[in-house]
Amino acid sequence: MGRVGGRVVLVTGVSRDLGRRCARELANDPSIDRVIGVDVVPPRGDIGRVSFIRADIRNPVIAKVIVKEDVDTVVHMSVIATPGALGSRTPMKELNVIGSMQLLAACQVAPRLEHLIVKSTTTVYGSSSRDPAMFTEDMSAKRQPTAGYAKDAVEVESYVRGFARRRPDVRVTLLRAANVLGPSVDSPIASYFRLPVVPSVLGFDPRLQFLHDSDLMAVLQHAVLHDVPGTFNIAGDGILMLSQAIRRLGRPVLPLPSFAVSRVGSVIRQAKVADFSPEQLAFLTYGRGVDTTAMRDVLGFEPAYTTAEAFADFAASLHPGFNASERVLSGLSRTLVGAQNGSDHG
Amino acid sequence: MGDAEVIPIGTRGRPGRGTGKQRPSEAARGLAPGAARRTPPAKPAPRAPETPPAEARVTSLPGVQEEPQRAATTTVERSGLGGLPVGDLMSAFRYAAVEVFGDDWEPRLALFLAFMRRRVTGEYAVDEYGFDADLTERFFMAALRPIAEKWFRIEVRGAENIPTSGGALVVSNHSGTVPMDGLMTMVAIHDATGRFLRPLGADLVFKMPIVSSVARKGGATLACNEDAERMLSGGELVGVWPEGFKGIGKPYADRYKLQRFGRGGFVSAALRTGVPIIPLSVVGAEEIYPLIGNVPALARLLGVPYLPITPLFPLLGPLGLIPLPSKWLIEFGEPIRTDELDPGAADDPMLVFNVTDQVRETIQQTLYSLLMQRKSVFG
Repeated sequence: MGRVGGRVVLVTGVSRDLGRRCARELANDPSIDRVIGVDVVPPRGDIGRVSFIRADIRNPVIAKVIVKEDVDTVVHMSVIATPGALGSRTPMKELNVIGSMQLLAACQVAPRLEHLIVKSTTTVYGSSSRDPAMFTEDMSAKRQPTAGYAKDAVEVESYVRGFARRRPDVRVTLLRAANVLGPSVDSPIASYFRLPVVPSVLGFDPRLQFLHDSDLMAVLQHAVLHDVPGTFNIAGDGILMLSQAIRRLGRPVLPLPSFAVSRVGSVIRQAKVADFSPEQLAFLTYGRGVDTTAMRDVLGFEPAYTTAEAFADFAASLHPGFNASERVLSGLSRTLVGAQNGSDHG
Repeated sequence: MGDAEVIPIGTRGRPGRGTGKQRPSEAARGLAPGAARRTPPAKPAPRAPETPPAEARVTSLPGVQEEPQRAATTTVERSGLGGLPVGDLMSAFRYAAVEVFGDDWEPRLALFLAFMRRRVTGEYAVDEYGFDADLTERFFMAALRPIAEKWFRIEVRGAENIPTSGGALVVSNHSGTVPMDGLMTMVAIHDATGRFLRPLGADLVFKMPIVSSVARKGGATLACNEDAERMLSGGELVGVWPEGFKGIGKPYADRYKLQRFGRGGFVSAALRTGVPIIPLSVVGAEEIYPLIGNVPALARLLGVPYLPITPLFPLLGPLGLIPLPSKWLIEFGEPIRTDELDPGAADDPMLVFNVTDQVRETIQQTLYSLLMQRKSVFG
């Protein structure tokens, strides 16, 4: 393309932890000249060499930033799962949907733009009893999400596809990340597992997939540096069942019928203990698995953590629960094996 | 232990009514002279096996609470830990272990405990469909095997037709009101070849609580083209019952008459992946719960395809849920090869219908010949 300077990357949503870390790691990459972080509120933590511009992506001013700074790559991280500091669902939806529309509109009129990377989520596949075991990228949800984060993500993805049609010269990579988990991650599923007693839906054992937060950072960086267009599922290898995950945490589980889980969920939500959103209920009932063959073969990315390893790393950061039955069994097997050896020799 | 033991009768010399309580009642304490002083003794009174003299009775009173061993009448004090028949208990445990686990009970018990530990710590692996091989082999199969061997006395024929490796599609007739034939086929295949049959289930299975989680752990997945092809190309032994609810919920009068074989989706999955189709005929499952009636209105209300009435259910209540002990014969037919056909064969509906009919006819003919060979329903 004959670009004279190095690459200039614009990252949205840097006030959130994952966006901030992504921007900082991109800034450390020698092949990237400049990283610009954009958000409504300044990031709390260290942003390293990232230059922060306070701008609202819901406002046309973002177009001026892109043109003036000569941005060639946009990393859109501002589709958020929880209202967080925004307070309620309405501004969250506005930021997700209107913000993405504005950003894409700005990208469309930016002549020097070459790459667009959007972080989406596997929740776009929904969760239902009629789901196939593994979703590939060309499948769509059996039951379209009707509310919340999942619906926002579906809408954002459709705008991104529209953008890709209108600007075929821009490489568009859509990354559908599984539930991100790690010691410092604060997400609905992380706060769910941090509950002292974990409620579950009686009689259902969903399949879960996790992505370690360092792998999310790595795949975003990989997508910025490698010119591979397309949509990719991003998840760690393997599957954990919910019951298995809770056992690995050593926490007590409280199976409740689904209507009671949603009731408990809203209480937990109001008490601000954990953000237990109603759309999580379907996920915790039916679970979801995504196929990551394309991530390996086409995108050429290999996550460092499997699902089980990402979960173990997360679990190590928690206070271990008192797993009474495990202690009894290990004591018993020690005693019996000891008695067995003793009787063999005696 | 040979010494005679003094069994104290009464209060052991302390005021009170011999209720066995540590602390005498209010009234009893009032009776004792000097009780109001409440000065602890300079040193604890020595333990006396016999009844102490009258003075000691009075002075030791305030110290009673500090000395829990001096309870008036407790079994612990009389028998002590030394009286526990540890040797007897150990030998009883040993007999029980031999009874349950056999002569090599020690390694087997250690294995069992290791299994239990894996279960409670979650240190086991499941595959992408949620199949839990550890649990299936050690629990589900172990629980179903006696039913297969003792209750239904299953006779397996043609087990050599099941490939020992690689993907294959087992297609079976479906009957019995409750999908018991699927479970028994899983046990029969596992015991004959050591392979796990991966059943494809209707979406109702994955909608129902408990059933859904057990089904996934046992290796089942949803009967849809994506999952069938994924499993077959992954080299699994997949089981389908193409009659579905039409077959399993048919009236007893229609027994051993194969119903329509769906839309032939299983054939196109086998054609696309090039795996052999193994026809399976199960005789005996029709008689376990003879379906003589149905309550369609209630079934619609509950969202199930049918609500069965059998001669024993709901007449006998939960007892009616015990299946009748019919004699089962199951026969695996010659594999129908699909790898010789063109790659585009799956998109040829005529060919798909022909293969479907071929499979259906094979199963129907085998059913008739097995019925001829069976001496009686319960023989």
